[in-house]
Amino acid sequence: MLSFILRRLGQSVLVMAAVSLISFSLFNFVGDPVNNMVGQEATREDRVFIRQELGLDDPIPVQYFRFLGNALQGDFGLSYRIKRPVNELIKERLPATLELVLVSAVIALVFGIAAGVYTGIRRNGWFSKFILSGSLVGVSLPTFIIGIGLIYLFAVTLRWLPSSGRAGVVELGWWKTSFLSVDGWRSIILPAITLSLFQLTMILRLVRSEMLEVMQTDYIKFARARGLSERAINFVHALKNTLVPVITIIGLNIGGLIAFSVITETVFQWPGTGLMFIQAVDFADVPIMAAYLCFVALVFVIVNLVVDLLYVLIDPRIRIAGR
Amino acid sequence: MIAAFITVVCILATMFAPWIAPFDPFDPAQISLWDGKLPPSWVEGGQPQYLLGTDNQGRDMLSTILYGGRLSILVGLAAVCMGMVLGVTLGVLSGYFGGLTDTIIMRIADIQLTIPGILLAILINGIGRTVLPLDMREDFAIFVVIFAIGLSDWPQFARVARGATLVESQKEYVQAAKVIGLPQRLIILRHVLPNTLRPVLVIATIGLALAVIAEATLSFLGQGIPPTTPSLGTLIRVGNEYLFSGLWWITLFPAIALVVLVFAVNLLGDWMRDALNPKLR
Amino acid sequence: MSMLLEIDNLDVDFLTRRGTINAAKDVSLQVTAGEVLGLVGESGAGKSTIGNAIIDLLESPGEVSGGSIRFQGEELRGKNEDEMRRIRGDRIGMIFQDPQTSLNPLLRIGEQLVETILKTKRIGQSEAQKSAIELLESVGITEARARLKSYPHQFSGGMRQRVVIALALAGDPDLIIADEPTTALDVSVQAQILDLIRGLCKSRNLGVIIVTHDIGVIANIADRVAVMFRGNIVETGEVAQILGNPQHEYTKSLIAAVPRADKRLHRFASVDYIDGTGDQSSAGLQRIDINTHWLGKKSQLQLTAAQSSEASAIEVKDLSLAFKLQGAILKRNRRMLQAVDKVSFAIAQGEAFGLVGESGSGKSTVARLIAGLHKPDSGSVEIIGQNVLGNQKDPLVKAARLNLQMIFQDPYSSLNGRLRVLDIVAEPIRFYKQSDNEKHTRQLVHDLLDHVGLGGSAALRYPHEFSGGQRQRISIARALASRPRILICDEPTSALDVSIQAQILNLLKDLQDELGLTLLFISHDLPVIRQMCDRVAVMRNGAICEIATTEDLFNSPQHEYSQHLLELMPRMDVIGG
Repeated sequence: MLSFILRRLGQSVLVMAAVSLISFSLFNFVGDPVNNMVGQEATREDRVFIRQELGLDDPIPVQYFRFLGNALQGDFGLSYRIKRPVNELIKERLPATLELVLVSAVIALVFGIAAGVYTGIRRNGWFSKFILSGSLVGVSLPTFIIGIGLIYLFAVTLRWLPSSGRAGVVELGWWKTSFLSVDGWRSIILPAITLSLFQLTMILRLVRSEMLEVMQTDYIKFARARGLSERAINFVHALKNTLVPVITIIGLNIGGLIAFSVITETVFQWPGTGLMFIQAVDFADVPIMAAYLCFVALVFVIVNLVVDLLYVLIDPRIRIAGR
Repeated sequence: MIAAFITVVCILATMFAPWIAPFDPFDPAQISLWDGKLPPSWVEGGQPQYLLGTDNQGRDMLSTILYGGRLSILVGLAAVCMGMVLGVTLGVLSGYFGGLTDTIIMRIADIQLTIPGILLAILINGIGRTVLPLDMREDFAIFVVIFAIGLSDWPQFARVARGATLVESQKEYVQAAKVIGLPQRLIILRHVLPNTLRPVLVIATIGLALAVIAEATLSFLGQGIPPTTPSLGTLIRVGNEYLFSGLWWITLFPAIALVVLVFAVNLLGDWMRDALNPKLR
Repeated sequence: MSMLLEIDNLDVDFLTRRGTINAAKDVSLQVTAGEVLGLVGESGAGKSTIGNAIIDLLESPGEVSGGSIRFQGEELRGKNEDEMRRIRGDRIGMIFQDPQTSLNPLLRIGEQLVETILKTKRIGQSEAQKSAIELLESVGITEARARLKSYPHQFSGGMRQRVVIALALAGDPDLIIADEPTTALDVSVQAQILDLIRGLCKSRNLGVIIVTHDIGVIANIADRVAVMFRGNIVETGEVAQILGNPQHEYTKSLIAAVPRADKRLHRFASVDYIDGTGDQSSAGLQRIDINTHWLGKKSQLQLTAAQSSEASAIEVKDLSLAFKLQGAILKRNRRMLQAVDKVSFAIAQGEAFGLVGESGSGKSTVARLIAGLHKPDSGSVEIIGQNVLGNQKDPLVKAARLNLQMIFQDPYSSLNGRLRVLDIVAEPIRFYKQSDNEKHTRQLVHDLLDHVGLGGSAALRYPHEFSGGQRQRISIARALASRPRILICDEPTSALDVSIQAQILNLLKDLQDELGLTLLFISHDLPVIRQMCDRVAVMRNGAICEIATTEDLFNSPQHEYSQHLLELMPRMDVIGG
C-alpha cells in the first residue's frame, strides 16, 4: 500500500520533470529570449548585458537546473509583453479559472452520473433514448459553438444573463470569488454550463456503457438467481462496480476541463488563466506559456494522484495486492 | 445507414465544392465590400444569387461554407492519419516487444497525456508559427495545424493499439507462427497488425470528429487557418464579431455545417463500434 | 419421496433474425427431494437453457413457448417478476460455473451473505451474521467468522465455489440447480466440491439438478441422469443403467467416446452419430505411405540437420525457468514463481510421451521451452541430437527446430481469423519455399486438408466458418505443413466436446502411425493420457515426480502424488464393456 503510493509519487515527479524540461526548451526554441525582452532599438552592449544577466551563456544543464530551482519557488520570470512577474499574473487569474472548472466539474459529474445510471437501468425507456440521442448531439457540439449559442440566446435575445466578463467578485484576501454575490453567480453560470456540457455527455455515455457491461456479468446474474431485489442489484451491486472505471476517467476529464477552459474563457472573455494563455501564444510570450504548461501538468498530476488513492479505497483487489 | 448517407453527402458536397459552389471565394474579384453583409435571400434585403447571404467581405456564404467544409475535412483526415500511423506503429511495437521499448514509449505517451490534446495543439501550433519565417506562415498554416493536431493525437492510438497487440500477441496463432519460425517482422505485419486494426478504426472515427472540432477550435481562437483561405472555424470566428450587430447568418450557417459534419462522423463511429463489436452481433 | 419439480413437454425458443431456434423441445423431467439428477449433453444441447428456464432467467431472446414447470405442485409459468423473485433463492437456488466471476468483487463475502439472508428471513443484522457463519461452516470453510470480512479475490477457486454454494443455500431452498459447478476447477478440488454438493443434498434432503458435459461427474454424483441431444432428452434413467447399458444410439456413442482409464484401446469407437457427416471422420481416409508420400520428403533445410537415428527426438536436462510475479528493486522483495524446476527427460524417436499434471504444474511451460517460445534460465534442450538453445540464426538450430511443430489448446485463438485457411496452412510451405509454384502450394494444402479430414474445399473459407473440432484439424494441417518429425500437443482437446475429442485423438493416432511422428502430449486428463501415450511424466509445482510407462503408472503408481491423482480420477466402473 505504502509502496504503491510511493511509486505513484515517483511517477508524478518524473512527469513533472519531463514537463518542466519541455517548458524550459520553449525558451530556447521560440525566438531569441533577448530579442523578446528588449525592443529593436537596444544596443549591442545592452544585449550582451542582458544575456549575462539571464545566464544565457551558461551550459544548458546549468540553465535547466536554474530554471527548475526558480520554477519550484514559483518564479517563471517576467512576462515579455506585460513586463510583470508571471507568478503574480497567474495568482491574479487563478481563482477565476479554478472556480469555473469547479462549477463545471460538479455540473458534469452530478448530471452525467445521474443520467448515465438512469439510461443504464431504463435501457429501453423513451426518456433514455431521448437522453442518448441528445448526448450524441452533445459530443458533436464544439465548445465554442455552445458558448456562442448560449450567449446569443440568453444574453443577446433574452437579455437574462451577462454575455461576458466576470462581474460581482468579492475579495477574500487575494482570492477573488464569484460565489458570494448574485451577479457573480449570474456571470459564472453560462461559461460553466458551456464548459461542462461536453464532459457531461462523455461521463453519461461512459457510465451507461459501464453499467450495461456490469449488468452482463455473472455476479449480477447470480444476484438475480438469489432473488435479490432490482433495487439492491442496481444500486448495491452494479453501481459500485460501474464507478470503478468511471473514477479513473474523471481524472482525465478534469484535465479536459482545464484545456477547454481556454476556449470557454475566450468566448466569454472570462479573465482566467486560459485567456491569458491564448494571448501569450498570440504574442509568443514564452514565460507565461511555460508557466501555464507546468500549471496544467501539475493540476493533472495532483488530480490523478487523488484519483489513484480513491481507486485504492474503492477497489479491495488493489488495496490488498498492492501492499 | 442514415449516418453513412449524411457523411457521404457531406463529403461529396465539400469535395466537389469547386463545381457545386456558385462562386469561387478565392477569386479576389469576389471580394467587394459593396455586396458585403447581405442577409440570406429569403430575408428582406437579401439578393437571390446569394442564397445564404454574404460575409463581411462580400463573399457568398454558401460557397465559402462548402470550401471551408472541404478544408475542415481534409485537415481532419490528414491529422487523424498522421496520429494513427504514428500511434499505431509505436503502440504495436510497444505491445509486441514489451520491456524497455514499451516503458519508454508509454512513458512518453503518459507525459504527453498530462497536457490535454487541444492545449498541446494550440502550443505546437503557436510554436510552429513562431519558428517559421514570417513570409511562409500563411502558406504553411494548414500544415502546421495538421501537424499540431496529429501530434497531439497519437497517444490515444498508441494506447489502443498497444492494448490490442498485448491481447493478440498472447494468442496462440502468434505462438504458432513463432514455432513455424517466421521472422518477427513478418509476424507483426501479417498476424498482429491486421488484428489490432478493428479497435483502432473505431477510435479513428471518433478521432476524426475530434480532429475536425480541434481544427475549428484552433481557427476560431485565431490560432489556425488564416481568413484568406477560410475553414469553418475561421468563418465562425469572423461571424462572431458581427453577432451582436444582428448579422447572425455569418455565424449560424457555418456553425450548423460544422455541427452536422461532426454529428455525421460521430454517428458513423457509433454505428461502426456496434457493427465491429462481436458481442453485439 | 415427494415430487419436487415436474417439467412437462417444455419448449424453449430463441427468436433470432434468422428465425426461431428451438433450444429445448418437448422436455420432460422429474426431480424428487434428496435426489441428484444429472443433465448431461454436449455444448449446444440446451442443457443450461433448461436450468435458466426453471427460474425464469433466460437470456433475452429466449422464451418458454410451451409446456409446464410445476414446483412443489405450483405452476411456475405465468408467474410475474415479483412472485418469481420470492421463489429464486428462497425455494430454488442456483450455482454457476465460474466461481471467479459469480461473486461481486467489491463486496465482502459477509455483506453478500447477510444481504441474501436478510432478503428471506425477518431477523436482525447480528442474527443474520450468525447464520452466515453457520452457512460458511456447513460448506467447509474454516475460521468462518474471520472469513466474513474477506473479499472474493482472497479465496482460492475451490473456496470461492464453496462460498457460492453457501450463497445459494442462504435462503434455505428445496431445489438447487448447479450449472457446470466444477468445470472451472482442478481435478482435486472438483472431487471435493462434488462430495460437498452430494453431502448437502442428502443431509438437507434437497433436490439437485447438476448440468454438465462431463460423464465422469455424472458417474460420481448423480442418482439419475437425463441425456440431452440437440434440445431433446433422448434417454432418462438410473445412472448405472444409462452408463452401463445405454439404449439410445446417441448415448451409446457418447459413452464410447469417453476416454477410458482402465485399459488402452487401439482407437476410439465410431462416433459418426454425433458428427452427422460420417465421410469426414478420419476413419475413411486413405493411408499415407511415408516412403512415397511428399510428407516423407525432407526439405533442403531439414537435410542439413544431423540425421542420427539413434539420438533422442527430444532431450531436456535440468530445465529451469522462474517467472517474475512482482518486480522490485530489492532482490529479496521480488516474488518469483519457479514455473519449471530442474526438469529432465528424453523422448525416443517415434514415441508418444505424456506430460500430466494439474493447472499451474508447469507442463505447458515445459512445452513452450522446448518449442522456443520461452527461454530457460538454465538447462539444455536438444532436438534430434542438436542443442537448440544457442544462436537461433545458426542453420543447424533452424533445421532442428523445423523438425518440431506444435498444436495448441484453444481452437479459437490458435488461428488468425483474418487469413483464409489456404493462407494459414500454406504459410510454412511458402516461407520455406517447399513448393515449386503457387499451383503446387495449393495442391499441397488440399492434400493436407484431405488428410486431416476436412476436404480441400475448406481452403478458401475463413476460420470462423468452422467448429472447434474442425479448427483443431486446421491447426494440425498447419503443423504438418512444415513436415515435422515431432509434434507437441498442448491440451489439444481440452476445449472440445467428448465426441469431437475422440475424433481428434483418433486423427492424431493415425497420423502418428502413418508418419512415424514423435508425440509430446500434454494433458490434465489422465484417461486421455492413457489412451494416447507410451510413457508418462507426472508434474507438480514445476518438477517431475515420476516417469513411468503408461501401463506401470496406471497399474502401480510409485510416487505419492501420482497415487493421489489416480484416486481422484472419476470412477467410471459403471460403464460396461
